[in-house]
Amino acid sequence: MGVQVGDALPVLRVRITRADLVKYAGAALDFNPIHWNEAFARGVGLPDVIGHGMLTMALAGRVVTDWGMGALVDYTARFTRPVVVPNDDEGALVELSGKVGAVNDDGTIRVDLSAKFEGRAVLGKAIAVVRP
Amino acid sequence: MALEQGFVGREYPPDSVYVVGREKIREFAEAIGDLRAEYLDVEAARALGYADVVAPPTFTTIVNLAAINKIVNDPELGLDYSRMVHGDQSFTFHQPVVAGDRLALTTTVESISRRAGNDFITLRAEIRTEDGEPRVTTRALLVVRDTDEEQG
Repeated sequence: MGVQVGDALPVLRVRITRADLVKYAGAALDFNPIHWNEAFARGVGLPDVIGHGMLTMALAGRVVTDWGMGALVDYTARFTRPVVVPNDDEGALVELSGKVGAVNDDGTIRVDLSAKFEGRAVLGKAIAVVRP
Repeated sequence: MALEQGFVGREYPPDSVYVVGREKIREFAEAIGDLRAEYLDVEAARALGYADVVAPPTFTTIVNLAAINKIVNDPELGLDYSRMVHGDQSFTFHQPVVAGDRLALTTTVESISRRAGNDFITLRAEIRTEDGEPRVTTRALLVVRDTDEEQG
C-alpha cells in the first residue's frame, strides 16, 4: 500500500552553534546582525542571538528529502518562536520530525512537519507536499 | 506607522541575473548539513537525469532575500526594518534549480494589511530563468511589530 496517513518520518536532531549561524549567514547571504551579534540582538529585545528561521526551515525540509518518497512540489512554514543560540560549544538542539498528513487525490503526499526547540514548536503550519 | 498602501500590486521586474554556481550550491548544502550526492557531485546529478548539480529546496532564499531587502528598504514604503520579522515563507517548485541556471526574479507586493497594530506585507517572487522558464515561486509574509505594544 505504500505511504499511509499517520506514517512517521525519521526524526532528525541537529545542534546549531554560533559557528553554524555564521556559516549559514555566509551561504544564504543573510547578514542580519540578530543572527550573530549578541549586543545587537539584545538591543532589539531578543534574549540572545537567534538562529535564522530559514535555517530551521531548511533543516525541517531535510526530514522530507531524506525520506526520499518523491520530489517536493510545495513547502510552507510559519516562524512562530526563535531558536536562541548561546555562545558555547553545545549550541541549541533542534528536533525535526514529520508525519504523513494526507494522501491527496492527485497522488501527492502532504507531510506535516514539526521543529521543536526546548520542547516548544518553533515552526507553525510547516507543510511539505511531495509528488512520488 | 502604517505601510504605504499604494505599494499593493506594484511589480518589480528583473534588474539583474543570478548565475547559480556549483560551489555556491555546495556551500549552501554544507551550511544546512544536507550532503546529498546530487547537490555535490555532477556525475551523481547527471545519473539522476539533471543537467548539473541540483540546488537544495530553500536555496533560492538567496535571491529572494535580496529582492525583499530592496523593496522593504524603499523609504516611500515607510517600513521600520529594525522591527521587521519574517512571519511565513513558502516555496512552490516548478522545475529543479541546477548549476548554470541564470535566474531572474519578478517580485510583486501582493498585500499590505494592519491587524492589532502590527503591519503585514506579502511579497511574491516569480523565479524564472532568463529565458522565462519557471523554476520557483516564493511568498514571504513580513511582520512589522507594533511600537506601542513593544514599549507597553
